[in-house]
Amino acid sequence: MVQTDLIKDPHVLTGKLHWGVIPFHDPVVAPVMFAAILGGLALLALITYKGWWGYLWKEWFTSVDHKKIGIMYCIVALVMLVRGFSDAILMRTHQALATSDAFGEGYLPPEHYDQIFTAHGVIMIFFVATPLMVGIMNVIMPLQIGARDVAYPFLNSLSFYLFLVGALLVNISLFVGEFAATGWLAYTPLSGIEYSPGVGVDYWIWALQISGIGTTLTAVNFVATILKMRAPGMTMMKMPVFTWTTFCANVIALVIFPILTVAIAQLTLDRYLDFNFFTNDDGGNQMMWVNLIWAWGHPEVYFLVLPAFGMISEVTATFSRKRLFGYVSLIWATIAIMLLSFLVWLHHFFTMGSGASVNAFFGIMTMIIGIPTGVKLYNWIFTMYKGRVELTASMWWVIAMLITFTVGGMTGVMLSIPANDFVLHNSMFVPAHFHNVIIGGAVYGYFAGFTYWFPKATGVKLNETLGKWSVALWFFGYFFAWIPLYYTGFDGMTRRLQYVDNPDWQLPMYIALIGVAMIAAGIGTQVINIAWSIYKRNDPQYKDVTGDPWDAHTLEWYTTSPPQFYNFGDVPYIKDRDPLLNMKQEGIAYKRPEKYSRIHMPKNTWAGPVLGLLTLPMGFGFVWHIWWMVIASVAAIFACWVKLNFERDKDYYVEVPEVERIEDEFLKSNEGRSFYFEKHAKYYKKWKPTDQNDSSVVAK
Amino acid sequence: MKKKLFQSTVLFSLAFLLSGCDLALFDSSGVTGKEIGDTILLTMGLMLIVVIPTILMSIWIPYKYHASKSDESYDPEWEHSSKIEFFAWGVPVVIIVILATITYFTSYSLDPRKEIVSDKKPLTVQVVAMDWKWLFLFPEEKIAVVNEVAFPVDTPVEFLVTSQSTMNSFFIPKLGGQIYAMAGMENRMNIMATEIGEYRGISANYSGFGFAGMRFKAKVTSDEGFAEWVEGVKASGQVLTDAEYDRLIEKTRDHKVEYFSSIDPLQFKNIIESFIGAQNGSN
Repeated sequence: MVQTDLIKDPHVLTGKLHWGVIPFHDPVVAPVMFAAILGGLALLALITYKGWWGYLWKEWFTSVDHKKIGIMYCIVALVMLVRGFSDAILMRTHQALATSDAFGEGYLPPEHYDQIFTAHGVIMIFFVATPLMVGIMNVIMPLQIGARDVAYPFLNSLSFYLFLVGALLVNISLFVGEFAATGWLAYTPLSGIEYSPGVGVDYWIWALQISGIGTTLTAVNFVATILKMRAPGMTMMKMPVFTWTTFCANVIALVIFPILTVAIAQLTLDRYLDFNFFTNDDGGNQMMWVNLIWAWGHPEVYFLVLPAFGMISEVTATFSRKRLFGYVSLIWATIAIMLLSFLVWLHHFFTMGSGASVNAFFGIMTMIIGIPTGVKLYNWIFTMYKGRVELTASMWWVIAMLITFTVGGMTGVMLSIPANDFVLHNSMFVPAHFHNVIIGGAVYGYFAGFTYWFPKATGVKLNETLGKWSVALWFFGYFFAWIPLYYTGFDGMTRRLQYVDNPDWQLPMYIALIGVAMIAAGIGTQVINIAWSIYKRNDPQYKDVTGDPWDAHTLEWYTTSPPQFYNFGDVPYIKDRDPLLNMKQEGIAYKRPEKYSRIHMPKNTWAGPVLGLLTLPMGFGFVWHIWWMVIASVAAIFACWVKLNFERDKDYYVEVPEVERIEDEFLKSNEGRSFYFEKHAKYYKKWKPTDQNDSSVVAK
Repeated sequence: MKKKLFQSTVLFSLAFLLSGCDLALFDSSGVTGKEIGDTILLTMGLMLIVVIPTILMSIWIPYKYHASKSDESYDPEWEHSSKIEFFAWGVPVVIIVILATITYFTSYSLDPRKEIVSDKKPLTVQVVAMDWKWLFLFPEEKIAVVNEVAFPVDTPVEFLVTSQSTMNSFFIPKLGGQIYAMAGMENRMNIMATEIGEYRGISANYSGFGFAGMRFKAKVTSDEGFAEWVEGVKASGQVLTDAEYDRLIEKTRDHKVEYFSSIDPLQFKNIIESFIGAQNGSN
């Protein structure tokens, strides 16, 4: 894995590349590499044999449809979850074997182990959590606000391919060369050229730089979409909570991702052109890197968790069969978290020596975030209060989240107290805490949303029993895996240790290993669930014909599952925070409007995949100092961009007869449905049944 | 007394976690370490007052209002209650105000840079993080040691911390406090041990491939024991010359303990200045 034989003078054609960088002899990596190559070839052969290339290119790769792009995000995220989780298994087994001297020092040398914990962090944050969330946002947010697509459909496609290139670069680094061994935030000066002369940090730089720009573009896109493309009548305070959290999360991204871009660009200059932004000498300042990376890094976790809060809100309200409790409170809590998230970054380095007053300020700002977060928890709990709670698999995720996240919040506040942090900092307590909130808060929220919206995206409901099994396995697995590590943190065990000489910590490591095995089983159950449900897609128990399998309250359920390419035949006028419930109560849901209008749609484009994927040879060329490849890719990107700007044939109209044909078929499947609220009409005090023919009700 | 009682209650409730309470952070042998351990337990106990009811509520409420129960409590339009909202905001505000007060005062009182008051003259130890070992310089005793440090019990010790290479964090878990070691900079940390013993010293900030082995022994001795230890170091006869220092700069893993009987008194200053150039007006 490690490149001891660095090439000092890059070759003009191959740069620093040579056969020695491919780990043929590594007992861990080589089998994975051959399996990956064979698997990849088999997949390509299958697609070629079946003749699917044309279909994939026309319907998926070049698509600017937000729903398809969202699904592609989710697929890549789930593949990367398996990759990132493999790293977790390697780390936990290695550390269990490397604790005390029962089995020697594990089976991974530091050169390999240190890359694994770096890759695990980078993959899980950038290439699992972020794309899973962006994927769900992509599919659902435009539907929730009644839009036909995002504001900039081509940009959305480009964002996806930039993200994909980042993920590809990380995976290529496994087989060609090495990945960074610096920890996931590549602290300087360790990540500088003096202490990390290999290509690992360069892979880190280009993977994050390219995918980070993709995330910035996504943020621009989503903020514009939410501000400008809401259905008529949907004021900001009528927006569903998930759309609100998506909005706030993307405002955060819009502010922070440029910081990441600039900081990485500075590190790039340090490494490639001997600049001294972050070096030890010549006026460089390593503390500046730490500040910049956390000025991005801390808001980043709120960027990840806010949409999860939104998903939890939607799922809880739907399955409690109730309106969401304290909507206004929830929105202000979200906005408060968004603003406060920019004011806490220093709590990641109280131990740098800023002094008591600075530490006290950032410590207190950090714990203040606990207030709006606590409000949210209470609002979800009181949404269930006086409800009729249906404990579906997505509700199981919600309850797992409420419990786990509360514990994580508590340990977070403990860490935010500078005095405590002076002994807990960088101990195992810290990874235990942030896994507690990222798994317990963000990931459980995503899975709740994933299970809830899976039928909307695919037209197929997931199996409830398998879903509940995976919740149970994750939930108990989490506590088995991390409570022992909280414990060792209290005992002074620091993180990122390649071997551990304290026999007292052996038992906790073994217990943690059981937890990891349980989570692995949970992930396995989810994969089986998805495969099984898709296999049974035509079974009435799984198939969603109405487009509204949960009898929900928000607009995304007011169309087919999966939605038509134009989303809605007719975008309704929004009068209520629960627009679909409101329409159902007024008797105008799933009814043919007086007339349809033709629909303006963007055309698919080659430009997203071509422009986006051309950054792959660019990044690869930079990593290996193959300058002709860099120049050729940049020139090709520029040429494609020019060509794109001369294209005029970018949009088309869906004519009324086609809309009518598709919509009539859909409306037929909803004929004669009786809704949940009708069966429980006596509990609705404010709402009175109205005459469907009353014209005052349908007037817009 | 009341505080003691409360802390012991918290301790008791966490007994399963603390299993005999021999964990390094709660069984500290340093003065600040003890207070930090108490602060951790106190803040955790305060939060458990709200955390436990919240967890119980998130289990009990879905159970109580489960769809299979068809009592008349169902109220699908109920979405606001000023009373509940008051508590939803009020309870977290109260708990955070209390915690913020604790935070404010402990940030000052437990700041590792704060000098520890004692009748005894403080001992100064200069610490250099190297790849991947710790070098301790005793400017008054004029000795240097690699991967081992000793100081007398009940005596304030001021560690001046810097780095020869990457960022590390100087940390003796049993004695409390840690501080970053950064090249070209001097950080300070004060410790006073209350019990004689030998403690684990580590780097708490990942610094490269040899990081796991970057450990040292921290020996807390009696005054006489310290004098003996210094004599032992002096007896080694090895001088920390520039050549020797260059040898230490080389990357090594699991470095053995080394004693140097004589050092340049300006060594520490020179190490810092090798990164930032000579500083005017410094000592």
